[in-house]
Amino acid sequence: MLDILQTIIPIALFYSAPLILTALGGVFSERSGVVNIGLEGLMVMGAFVGIVFNLTFADVFGDATPWISILVAMVIGAIFSIIHAVASVTFRADQVVSGVAINFLALGLGVFLTKQWYGKGQTDMVSEPFYSTNIPFLSDIPIIGPIFFQKVYLTSYLAIIVAVIAWYVLYKTPFGLRLRSVGEHPMAADTNGINVYSMRYIAVIISGALGGLGGSVFALTIASNFSQSTIVGQGFMSLAAVIFGKWHPLGAMGAALFFGLAQSLSVISTSIPVLQEVPSIYLTIAPYVLTILALAGFIGRAEAPKANGQPYIKGSR
Amino acid sequence: MAGRIQSILRVLKNLNKNKNFGGIILKKKHLLILFALLLSFVLVLSACGTADEDDSANPADDNTETEGTDETTNEGTEEQAEDTNFKVGMVTDTGGVDDKSFNQSAWEGLNAFGEANGLVEKENFDYVQSSSDADYSPNLNRLVQQDYNLIYGIGFLLMESVTKVAEQNPDTNFAIVDETIEGDNVVSIRFKEHQGSFLVGVAAAMKTKSKKVGFVGGVESELIKKFETGFEAGVKSVDPSIEVVAQYAESFGDATKGKAIAAGMYNSGADVIYHASGGTGNGVFNEAKDIKNADEDAYVWVIGVDRDQHEEGAIGDTNVTLTSMLKRVDVAVQNVTQQAYEGEFPGGETLEFGLEDDAIGIAETNEEAYTAEIDEKVQEFKQSILDGEIDVPSTDEELEAYLADL
Repeated sequence: MLDILQTIIPIALFYSAPLILTALGGVFSERSGVVNIGLEGLMVMGAFVGIVFNLTFADVFGDATPWISILVAMVIGAIFSIIHAVASVTFRADQVVSGVAINFLALGLGVFLTKQWYGKGQTDMVSEPFYSTNIPFLSDIPIIGPIFFQKVYLTSYLAIIVAVIAWYVLYKTPFGLRLRSVGEHPMAADTNGINVYSMRYIAVIISGALGGLGGSVFALTIASNFSQSTIVGQGFMSLAAVIFGKWHPLGAMGAALFFGLAQSLSVISTSIPVLQEVPSIYLTIAPYVLTILALAGFIGRAEAPKANGQPYIKGSR
Repeated sequence: MAGRIQSILRVLKNLNKNKNFGGIILKKKHLLILFALLLSFVLVLSACGTADEDDSANPADDNTETEGTDETTNEGTEEQAEDTNFKVGMVTDTGGVDDKSFNQSAWEGLNAFGEANGLVEKENFDYVQSSSDADYSPNLNRLVQQDYNLIYGIGFLLMESVTKVAEQNPDTNFAIVDETIEGDNVVSIRFKEHQGSFLVGVAAAMKTKSKKVGFVGGVESELIKKFETGFEAGVKSVDPSIEVVAQYAESFGDATKGKAIAAGMYNSGADVIYHASGGTGNGVFNEAKDIKNADEDAYVWVIGVDRDQHEEGAIGDTNVTLTSMLKRVDVAVQNVTQQAYEGEFPGGETLEFGLEDDAIGIAETNEEAYTAEIDEKVQEFKQSILDGEIDVPSTDEELEAYLADL
C-alpha cells in the first residue's frame, strides 16, 4: 500500500503543478471580470519561451537555468497577455473572442519562430530541465516523508505556495478586495474611487505571468522540448479547474490536484492487484468520469463573478 | 480556419439580433460564450487529434511514411529512364517535412534519389506541406495538375485523400506509406516493424537485470500491436522467464502520461522500457533521465523508435537510450522512386519493407550500453529471421502460438 501511494502521489503532484499555476492565473483574471479563454495560449507562450531560453542560456547559467527560464517565461507571458487586456478592457472587444485569438496567436508564433530559429518543427531537448529531488529534513519523516517529499519536483510545491499566496492576496488584502469588487460590480467600485480599468489590466497581466509560469513548468518538467503538440488542452483543463474550484484560488488548486490524482490513479492502477482485472479502457476514462461525478454530485452550484465577461463602460448604467 | 470562425461569429451575431426566437429569450452573452467554448474545444480536440495521429503515424510511420512519387499521367509507364522531365512529389501530413520523423525521412529519401540521378530539387522532386487535414486533397491535386509522375502521400492520415485522388487520376501514379490502397496506379508501402521490435526485444532481454521489461504504446491499434508482439517475442526468445509489461497511453502526444506510465513501470521493477508512442515517448525519456539524475548508478534504459533517439536520452556524460528500432522510410521511398524512374513502377502492389531491404534496423550509437555481447546476440537472431527460421509474430494470436512453440 505504502509503495503504491509512493508512486501515485509524486505523479499526481508533477501532473498538477502546471495546472495549478495556470488556473490561478485564470482566477485572477476572471475575478476581475475578464474571461480568459486564452490560458492555453499563455501556456504555449510560456512553454516556448521557457524552452528557448533554456536551450540558449544553459551554458551560461548552469544549474540555475530552469529557474531563470521560468522567470523569463513569466515576464514574457505577462507582456503577451497585455494584448488580451488592451483588446478586452480598453477596446471592450468580446473577451471570449480575444481569448481565442490569443490561443491562435501564441501557437502560430511559437511554431513559426521555432522553424525560423531552429530550422525544424520542434526544438531539441533541453539539457537543463527540472529534476525531482528529495526535500531535506521533510523527506526523513516516517510514512509522510516518502510519500510527499521524496522524488518530487520543487515546482510542485512552488505551485502550492503560490496558491496560498494568491488566496491571501485576493481575500486578505485591500488590493484583493478591490480586484474582486471590480469583477462583481464595477460601477460600484468605480463610484468608490477604484480605477476599474487599471485593476483589470493588472489582473490580466498577473494571469499572463502565471499562465507563462505554468506553461514553462510543464515544458521543463515533463515535455523537455517545444513543438506544436507540447501544450494541447492543458490550458483548458486549467480553465475547467477554475470553474470546478468555484473561482477560488484554493479551490482551483484542489481541482487541479484532483485531476492529477485521477490521472495518476488510472495510470498506476494496472499495477494494483485489485484493479488489474478491470479492462484498461475503463481505467483510461476513469479520470473524466470521476470529474463529471464530482462536478455533478459534490461541488454544487458554481457561481461566476457577476461582471465576468462584461466590458465596463464608464458612466453607463 | 480563421475564415470559418469569422463566419460562425457572423452567424452568431445575426442570431443575437433576433434574441427572441421560438419564444425563448437567449442571452447574447451566454450564447456567445457557449459557442466560443464549443469552438475552442473543437479546436483543441482537432489539434489533439492531429497530433495524435501524427504521432501515431510517427512510431509506425517513421520509417514508413510515404513516398508518393507519381509517374505521371502523360507518360504513364512509358520508358522513363533518361527522362529528365520526371517529376516526383510528396505531400506531408501535418507533421511537416522537418518533423524529425517519417515526413523528414521520406524527404531525405527523395533527396537521395535526386542526388543519385543528378536531378534538380523543385524541378524534378519537391514536397508540399499540409498544415491541416483539409489540405491533403488540394495538395495532391495540385501536384497532379503540375504533371507530377509520382506522388507520395506520407502517412496513414492521407489514406482517404490518396484513394480518392488516385481514382480520379488513373494516369498518375501514387504511393502511400503505412497504409494499403487498392488500385493499379497506387503502390502501398508498409514496413515489418515487428522484425525490428523483435531485435530490440532481444537487446532488452540481454540488458535487463531485474528480469522485467516494459512496453509503452501510443494508441492501441493493429499497427502498434506489431511493435508490442514483436518486442515480446524477442524478449521471450532470449529468456522466457522475463516478464513483459505493456501499457498504452491512448495518445501519441501526451508526454505527461508517458512519464507517469514510465514512473509506474520503473517503480515496479522494470529496468528497460521500449516505447512506440511518438511524442508520448518524450515523457518516458524524461522519467528515465530524472531517475538517472537522482542516482547516477540507477539501472534504467529506454529503447527508442522509428529513428535513432540517442539524442533524447542524453544526460550529462551518460545516455539512457540503449538502442532504437529504426524504420527507414527514406530507404523505401528511394527504392520505389528509383523503380518508377526506370519505368518499372510496381503499381497495384503492396510492398513490405523489412530487414532484408535494410529498411528496418537497430541503432548501435550507444556503444557503452549496447555492448558487443548484446550485438552478437542480436545479429544471431537477425540472421535467423533473414534465413526464415524465425517468423516474427505481428498479432496477439501469432504471438501466443509463437510463445507456445518456444
